[in-house]
Amino acid sequence: MFPESKIPEGPLAEKWDKHKFNVKLVNPANKRKYDVIVVGTGLAGGAAAASLAELGYNVKAFTFHDSPRRAHSIAAQGGINAAKNYQNDGDSVFRLFYDTIKGGDYRAREANVYRLAQVSVNIIDQCVAQGVPFAREYGGLLANRSFGGAQVSRTFYARGQTGQQLLLGAYSALSRQIAYGKVKMYTRSEMLDLVVVDGQARGIITRNLITGEIEQHAAHAVVLATGGYGNVFYLSTNAMYCNATAAWRAHKRGAYFANPCFTQIHPTCIPVSGDYQSKLTLMSESLRNDGRVWVPKTVEMAERVRKGEIKPQDIAEDDRDYFLERKYPAFGNLVPRDVASRNAKQMCDEGRGVGSTGLAVYLDFADIIKRTGAEAVSQKYGNLFAMYEKITDEDPYKQPMRIYPAVHYTMGGLWVDYNLQTTVPGLYATGECNFSDHGANRLGASALMQGLADGYFVIPYTIGDYLASTPPKPVTTEHPAFKQAEADVRGRIGKLMSINGTRTPDDFHKHLGHLMWEYCGMARNAEGLKHAKAEIQKLRKEFWSDLKLSGTDGELNQALEKAGRVADFLELGELMVDDALDRNESCGGHFREEYATEDGEAKRNDDEYAYVAAWQYVADNQPEILNKEQLTFENVKLTQRSYK
Amino acid sequence: MNLTLKVWRQKNRNTEGKIVDYQVKDISPEMSFLEMLDVLNEDLLRQGDEPVAFDHDCREGICGSCNLFINGRAHGPESGTTTCQLHMRKFSDGDTIVIEPWRANAFPVNKDLSVDRSAFDRIIQAGGYVSVNTGGTPDGNEIPIPKEIADRAFEAATCIGCGACVASCKNASAMLFVSAKVSQLALLPQGHVERKTRVENMVAQMDKEGFGACTNIGSCAAECPVGISLENIAILNREFLAAKATSNNLV
Amino acid sequence: MSWISNTFSSSIGRKIVMAATGLFLCSFLVVHLVGNLQLFKNDGGLAFNAYSEFMSHNTIIRILEIGLVAGFGLHIFEGLLLASKNKAARGSSYVSNHIEQNSPWHSRNMAVLGSLVLFFLIVHLYNFFGTLRFGEPLKDAQGNENAYALVVDAFHNIFYVALYVLAQFALLYHLLHGFQSAFQTLGLNHRKYTPLIKLVGVVFSVVVCAGFAAMPIYFYFFK
Repeated sequence: MFPESKIPEGPLAEKWDKHKFNVKLVNPANKRKYDVIVVGTGLAGGAAAASLAELGYNVKAFTFHDSPRRAHSIAAQGGINAAKNYQNDGDSVFRLFYDTIKGGDYRAREANVYRLAQVSVNIIDQCVAQGVPFAREYGGLLANRSFGGAQVSRTFYARGQTGQQLLLGAYSALSRQIAYGKVKMYTRSEMLDLVVVDGQARGIITRNLITGEIEQHAAHAVVLATGGYGNVFYLSTNAMYCNATAAWRAHKRGAYFANPCFTQIHPTCIPVSGDYQSKLTLMSESLRNDGRVWVPKTVEMAERVRKGEIKPQDIAEDDRDYFLERKYPAFGNLVPRDVASRNAKQMCDEGRGVGSTGLAVYLDFADIIKRTGAEAVSQKYGNLFAMYEKITDEDPYKQPMRIYPAVHYTMGGLWVDYNLQTTVPGLYATGECNFSDHGANRLGASALMQGLADGYFVIPYTIGDYLASTPPKPVTTEHPAFKQAEADVRGRIGKLMSINGTRTPDDFHKHLGHLMWEYCGMARNAEGLKHAKAEIQKLRKEFWSDLKLSGTDGELNQALEKAGRVADFLELGELMVDDALDRNESCGGHFREEYATEDGEAKRNDDEYAYVAAWQYVADNQPEILNKEQLTFENVKLTQRSYK
Repeated sequence: MNLTLKVWRQKNRNTEGKIVDYQVKDISPEMSFLEMLDVLNEDLLRQGDEPVAFDHDCREGICGSCNLFINGRAHGPESGTTTCQLHMRKFSDGDTIVIEPWRANAFPVNKDLSVDRSAFDRIIQAGGYVSVNTGGTPDGNEIPIPKEIADRAFEAATCIGCGACVASCKNASAMLFVSAKVSQLALLPQGHVERKTRVENMVAQMDKEGFGACTNIGSCAAECPVGISLENIAILNREFLAAKATSNNLV
Repeated sequence: MSWISNTFSSSIGRKIVMAATGLFLCSFLVVHLVGNLQLFKNDGGLAFNAYSEFMSHNTIIRILEIGLVAGFGLHIFEGLLLASKNKAARGSSYVSNHIEQNSPWHSRNMAVLGSLVLFFLIVHLYNFFGTLRFGEPLKDAQGNENAYALVVDAFHNIFYVALYVLAQFALLYHLLHGFQSAFQTLGLNHRKYTPLIKLVGVVFSVVVCAGFAAMPIYFYFFK
């Protein structure tokens, strides 16, 4: 039987307030008797750990980084949405809710998204109070900018480093609790398994990355805030260490994995330049506010550009195709990410791509530079332009940027109910790690919003509901489940170390990434997916028989760390393919070539697929069980998305 | 291009390290420096040798993980750049490149090129925050902040905590790092409430960690990948002096 | 009162002492230079000797002298202590370090420059101060101790002349960094005034050191 989503009754706008009243509270004197483990200390984890400690719980926080300040939340550039309506341009909680549901192509839960929009306003207040230096107008009030998928200006930002500033805010709150002794911080500790005692999450097994020690940690509840799994694709805008291991281990201990095939391909990334490429760099979506996306009108012209015979700035206006403005006059260059990405791919598939590989389109700032001057453009995007120039050795003030879509975010993740609790009681998932708020496509500047909403304003309430029904007795690692989980972890590490084959973890990872990008990337079809499934299974077998590692497991061994993560990617990748195969429709980031409208737009099938696909692990090498959570929409009308 | 790498190899914190020579071949000028090291590591691993341990993560110049001392310079020869954003086009075929970890007593080596920078975290824990709990905060627009002040606070706040300032300073001083946080919060009205205790506690922790004193040489700002200004150090000094002179703390 | 010792034993506290004593010593340099300019007066040293007599016998000056000694003492003590602490903070040294690409030589070698100046100071004190205060100097026509004769005598020794001139170079570079650095340490950095402070620092350093260096050269070649 599928666990309930626990969405509160009542009108949409009152659900969260009512729920906050209805959840059980933990007596202030009892809070210190509860231990909570938080895994991951990015926006969601850092905010959760700090907020829970402020409430009085004993928090143990874990990160595999050397410091909580390194989490990949730090790399978010553009901004954070909030329904403040400071601009008097018609924004409201309902509009943010509506935009997010629509942007997600109607595959998210109404109640969760509405709550997200509601607490978005508190996030801004919280961050300002922490000393986050948001951009301001000359009058001293907060500045906003617009972002893809929205027609109001509701994005708060700190130049091109909003994620950094928000993360440092959460990090400072966390640091304060560490100083108070309410948070015990474990850095360079990677969670390698979840411990479930009598059906409830009671702890984790970690590896100290410096000494290789395997440790057991017990608590009354476990919160995962371990980010997304975009690195399944090898090349993505995710940081090198981003991985799915914690979430995947939890999945294998009973937590359902929802909508794994919903991955977001971001349209504005710096194109791949060679085989050695280790990661892709995002150019903030905010650039699409002022940059115009185009390719040459004809294949011939594009060919000449690719050969370097003609420079883009020398191509006449008439010979350019500003394809987003042409196809989507209402939203123009600000269409949602999935639409922008697919169109760029389409142009390149037609042979009109630019750059030496032909896998790029232009993002041109000539107009805005002419209109407002280079100085004003530098004020807004200076650091992004500098970053682009560093990487490509081309000056975007003088010639258009080359961009191409790249994997950026994963909307799918651990299935959670309204309380952010997974199907394992006592195990919570927050931020990108869960599936809850973005449906099939995430709008720009909404990831920061969701991470902080979950961490600051949702989990502190909802976890109390669970803890209040748990006796405040100390939990220990005595239970045999801890020994078993530790033995499993040691077994896996031992096995990885002893294969002694010929291929490196990176080699397998690249191979997997190639399969995923080719067959489960921007466009998918049943035939390709079936092929990919077989190939992934083959690759997994090869991995476990031909992996090459060196050194020992009792020291800092980055190849071993990587191998463990790749092993999990190899399993998750297959599940993503299964999910993509199951979903015989196109929606948001999931584009099945068989299901498209006449002009090539995604075609949803609401009658059959308006559900959350929650996958249940059974046993290794056995098909997972698909559970469906039917989505009901009472407040928005399902329409074919149109940004024309 | 082909390069000779002289890389610092050190088993762990308690052993001596030494420079080991490696050859890398067919390096593309478009590669980033870390991608060049990836090539070396893949080769080493395939041969059954231990890859060189180094810290890195986002490879976009923002997380502050990467920290290599390349040819005698923190983050290498290009100014205003993290190691991950340094590209091989800045080197030439046949070059010899010396790669070392940050060296400071307060940053012990974990292994090879990876160092322990937790001292920075402990300095922030000593006071690099505004003590507000979640919830109950006033509206974001309640206190207008002049754009110029917000911008200056932002510039100080862009510190990525990589430690290049410490690594490049002759005195292994952490003043630029500490000053960036102190001035960010001293500039903003939200930080005013605790400004005295903050600077006193953070400086005390900085000294406790064993960083050197600032002698205003300016290497730190010259090597800072995000351009944190020396002006912040003056602000820190000023804040410290004012706090010591006027605070009620008898410490 | 532990807060006082805590403040001045902190890294910034020690630097503040360095800066304050440094600027105080700068003021001494000005007084010393202005007074010594009387050496150039073509009166056989009468004015200079009168000035010298005043400086060495006036009670207020003698009291101020204690402050000067304390200033020197603190500046030297803290300087050497900081230098050794700073060296220790580095721990093991780099195999390859191109610090010259990001900072000027003299700013990194204040302790070396300061030590050279200290060495000079000891010789200088021995030459003049020691003889005047503890020896039995000759008297001039007005009955004042003939410090002028000591100067003429010393500055006809090529080794002294060379030492004095070289010492001024050490002092010049010490001041070029030290003057503006002191303001920075005291927190006096402002985008409006700092360029001015830096300019004044350079002019001050050059004028003072050139002024002092002119004396041995003048006497060696022209007197």
